[in-house]
Amino acid sequence: MSQKTLTSLDRVLTTLSHKEPDRVPFFLLLTMHGAKELGMSIKDYFSKAENVAQGQLQMRKKYGHDCLYAFFYTPIEVEAFGAEVIFSDDGPPNSGTPMIQDPEKIMNLTPPDVRHSPCLSKVLDAISMMKREVNDDAPIIGVAVSPFSLPVMQMGFDRYIEIMYERPDLFSRLMEINQDFCISWSNAQLKAGATAICYFDPVSSSGMIPPELYLETGFQVAKKTLSQIQGPTATHFASERCLPIIEHVAQTGTAIVGTSMLEDLVEIKAACKENNLTVLGNLNGIEMRRWTPEEAERAVKDAISKAGPGGGFILSDNHGEIPWQVPDEVLMAISEAVARWGRYPLDWV
Amino acid sequence: MPPQNDTISPFETALLSLDRVKANEILEETGKIWSPMEQVKYVVTPALDRIGTGWEEGQIALTQVYMAGRICEELVEKILPREAPDRKRQPKMAITVLKDYHLLGKRIVLSALRASGYELKDYGRMDVDELVEQTLKDQIELLFISTLMLPSALQVASVKKRLDHAQSPIRIVVGGAPFRMDDTLWKTVGADAMGQDASDAVTLIDKLTGVPS
Repeated sequence: MSQKTLTSLDRVLTTLSHKEPDRVPFFLLLTMHGAKELGMSIKDYFSKAENVAQGQLQMRKKYGHDCLYAFFYTPIEVEAFGAEVIFSDDGPPNSGTPMIQDPEKIMNLTPPDVRHSPCLSKVLDAISMMKREVNDDAPIIGVAVSPFSLPVMQMGFDRYIEIMYERPDLFSRLMEINQDFCISWSNAQLKAGATAICYFDPVSSSGMIPPELYLETGFQVAKKTLSQIQGPTATHFASERCLPIIEHVAQTGTAIVGTSMLEDLVEIKAACKENNLTVLGNLNGIEMRRWTPEEAERAVKDAISKAGPGGGFILSDNHGEIPWQVPDEVLMAISEAVARWGRYPLDWV
Repeated sequence: MPPQNDTISPFETALLSLDRVKANEILEETGKIWSPMEQVKYVVTPALDRIGTGWEEGQIALTQVYMAGRICEELVEKILPREAPDRKRQPKMAITVLKDYHLLGKRIVLSALRASGYELKDYGRMDVDELVEQTLKDQIELLFISTLMLPSALQVASVKKRLDHAQSPIRIVVGGAPFRMDDTLWKTVGADAMGQDASDAVTLIDKLTGVPS
């Protein structure tokens, strides 16, 4: 198995079955860098599906990583609900003033129709365009924010914590609305050609809520939601901790866990292996902006040595989005380090 | 009288289980022997400090930190109203979220400082120009800046440069996810200190300005 060169999709599928492919698969989860590639502003880049499709294809060709990332920007889902999105020249589009100022209004909230949402349609079109180009050579990763984490943007984290603890009626209603939306949004992406859905759920992480509350809330929501998404899913905690809940995360039906640099990769790998989960992570995206090529190589080598043996590992950043400030030379150094140190068997480990 | 561990622990437990009634009862009891400021010093601040440390160590979740701070802020306001002369108004302090709309971190630090008896200005969300103008106008001596996004964290450097240019002696304390992920970032942007958690804010006041907490 180790000598034959596989397609990116085969490489990923092999590692998901906890076997060693030809080399460690790596996902450069790049979003805004596509705008640099195409020489346009971040706002212009995300205004057209064609830009994102072309940007993703160009970046994969340049860095040789193993996926196309159909993620535009985090607040695109609340944009579909009617919320404000603020674009900047040097960072990801950000959610503006939360759309739910009065929590009582949750009772009258309705989920947007995915097919008739201009912003979401752009994502679906970009996925279709990428699919036509790569067919089954490389996985196309769609993205959905979990129903349990979306309220941070919908109403602000402080108000959300308060209803989570103090208003179970409003919390339940908001989960119902968001679950309907998340399921239809995820399935629309799969239908458009996405291979899998990355389910971003930072609020479920152990840094955000106590594990016992997770079992009553985020876990139940994930189990119900993921069971209705008609394709494979990866759960990403966007830089936050998940080790204390890893066994339960596995029970939600997810296949991959996006892990944090705050946790030990050896421990995470062992826990994931025990629960038949694949590790995605965990290069430090914030530090990455100031790495030298040598530091990038060291970080890649260290992560591969800890989590690469036996498969069940996809190298990536730990947040699910590489910051705009990370220079091309560092991305190239990561790519070259994977080519050098990621080839199986990992005799040097 | 030194801090009483047998008071701090039950108070901490009450906060973590969101038991306002129990937390209030504990302060009513300690109120019989200590002044409001002593209660803050011997019970509230140490409990919040332990909770903050627990969060840093991955033992306590952010939602618990937030709710504990909010409960303490409410309870302390009852025994030590915001206009009370005992409240600590020196140094002149303000807190803000730079650029983005993620306000939770600021809210947690604000609660921790108010629950520790401090009064400070809450600037809400501001961009660089507004923040520089307002801090100079208010003659702020210590500025807390909370950020969630990396671009906002990097903007602290612009704030610092502008304040230096205006020859302001202001000290800047930063906090938030980008600074936790890269422990050199606070120096890169020219801050005077970085708080890992809300309770650090209290100790940094003393460290940076010489005003005892």
